[in-house]
This record gives sequence, structure tokens and C-alpha cells, in this order.
Amino acid sequence: MAIAHSPSRTTDSLATVLVTVGVVLLALLTLYLVGFDQGAISRSGMFMHELMHDGRHLLGVPCH
Amino acid sequence: MPLNPPTPSTPAPLAGTLKTLLLRGLLAGLIAGLLAATVGYFVGEPKVDAAIAIEEANAATEGSHHAPGEPTAGHSHGDEGHSHGDEEEALVSRTGQKFGQFLALGLSGLAFGAIFASVAHFARRHTALSGPKLAIGLGVAGWAAIVAVPFFKYPANPPAVGDPETINDRTLLWVASVLLGLAAVGAGVYVYKLLRGQLDTVRLIAGVAAFALITTLGYVLLPGVDEVSADFPPSLLWQFRVASLAVSATLWAALGLGFAALTEFAGRSTRVRSEVATAG
Repeated sequence: MAIAHSPSRTTDSLATVLVTVGVVLLALLTLYLVGFDQGAISRSGMFMHELMHDGRHLLGVPCH
Repeated sequence: MPLNPPTPSTPAPLAGTLKTLLLRGLLAGLIAGLLAATVGYFVGEPKVDAAIAIEEANAATEGSHHAPGEPTAGHSHGDEGHSHGDEEEALVSRTGQKFGQFLALGLSGLAFGAIFASVAHFARRHTALSGPKLAIGLGVAGWAAIVAVPFFKYPANPPAVGDPETINDRTLLWVASVLLGLAAVGAGVYVYKLLRGQLDTVRLIAGVAAFALITTLGYVLLPGVDEVSADFPPSLLWQFRVASLAVSATLWAALGLGFAALTEFAGRSTRVRSEVATAG
């Protein structure tokens, strides 16, 4: 991140905002893979879905 | 306290770059997820096993009804895995699923930790709370929004409870209840901030009331789901739900407290460094 000015404590540079948005999207994708994916994105068939079956039930995500 | 300037004895507001906060959130989240999975392994897994045994017993009687003499597809016995589909073989054994739980909760912890750090990064400029107190407050708020509000409308269900036909509807309703939780917590915080200048207890009461109002409104508007069959043991259902609450409470308590502790450690080490610098 090549930012010429020193970062202020009160306003964010565009880069910081973009990094935050990217991190949150990545986190939401991870939560989707744990909670809802049935091979649509992970391309693993039902394997990942079955592997994380118990965790999903205990987290309270609806399951079958 | 906002009236006093920060001294070494009073913890400072949350400091550090976004990267620092993210690393802290990921570390606290990973620890929290693995702790929660450990609780799930000892408290939750026996209940999941019991529920799957009931599911298999039901499937066996249904299966013999449909195709006498043939083994029931998709519902295997013994230590073979529990499976959703109608595959002949389970993809993952029960043992695999018990360890897969650590993967599921570890990944969830990492994800929640990253979101937690991002929220903390933006929340810190709107509050006079110290770093550790902000972290604990975010942990409580996150648990209330993402776990408590959804749970008391659509509680966690063990295997064998729930109609596979309605999974998409139930998933959408559950996601709506998470959004309801976020909105309710947001409304509570907004009202609390709005009443700046009032007595602290008045602000707290108004904030909690706003949270309760939005939650109640959502509960009334969202349709109910009741798919527990009459022959499922009620005590097992209760024990599974308590186990689920124990897992999620562990996750969020460890995330909030872990983030708070790491913040305080970081603050102490920088303070010691600056004191050494001024003394020398």
C-alpha cells in the first residue's frame, strides 16, 4: 500500500476501506462454506458438507 | 473514564493498525473456535450420536416399509457415517465428523474473528471505551445478534429433527433471524448513543428496550417452524440445545475475552517500552 500521506486516526484511506471490505467478504465466504455450501463453491461434492456436519448442527444452522 | 487523561493505570482506547487488529482477531478467533469445538466434542457429540441413532432406527422401519428385505440406502449402521443424501456409503465416517467439527468451528472462529476486528476498527472512533472493554462489549453484542436472537426463534436442532423438504425455507428464515439480531443490536446501540447527556442507567434501559422491541417485532412477524416429531425424546432435544448454546457461548466469550486480553498485553508492552524510553 503506497500511501504518500501519513494515515490519520479519524479517516481511513481508500486502501484501508478496500482491505476491510475484502477481509469481511472472505470471512463471509468462509462462513458460507461452513454453514451452507453443498459443493456449489467448494467443488468437493458433499465431502466438506458432510465433514462439517456436526459443527453445523451445534452452531444452530438449519440442516436437513 | 473520559474525564481523566489516560495514565498508565487506566487502559487506553483500542490502538494499533488495521493489520494488528486483524491478526489479533484471527488469533483470538482460532483459539475461540478450537475451545468451542472442544466443548462441542465432550458436550455436544454424545447428543448428536443419540439423535443419529434415533434417525437410523426411524429410517430402518420406514425402509422395510418401502422395500422389504433390502438394506436401507443412505442410513448406515455402526461406526459408518451419517449422511444426508441417498448414497449407499457415507462420505465421512462418524469419527471423521467428530473431528470435522474442529475444522468447522475453527474456520467459523477465524471468520468471526476477522469480522470482529473489522467492526472494532470502525467502532473505536465512536466510543470512549477502553480497548479491552470495547472488545468484551463487541463479544456480547455479537453473541446476542448472531446467536441469541436467532436461537430463541429458530433453536438449534439435532439430526432427525426437521423435514428435508423445508430446508431452503428454514435456511432463509434463519438468515432473516440473524439479520433481525443485527438490526436489534444496532437499534439498541443507536438509542444508547442518541441519549448522550442522560443518566447512564437511563441510556442503558432505553438501549435494552429498543433491542427488545425490535426483537419482539421480528419474532411476531417471522413465521414459526415446528418440525419436531412427537416421538423424538424431549429431554434429548433440550440437552442438544443446551449443548449448542454452550458451544456458541464458548465461541463468543473466548473471542471477546481473547481479543481483550491480547489488546491489554499489547498495550502493556508498548507502555513499558515508552516508559523505558522516557526514563532513559
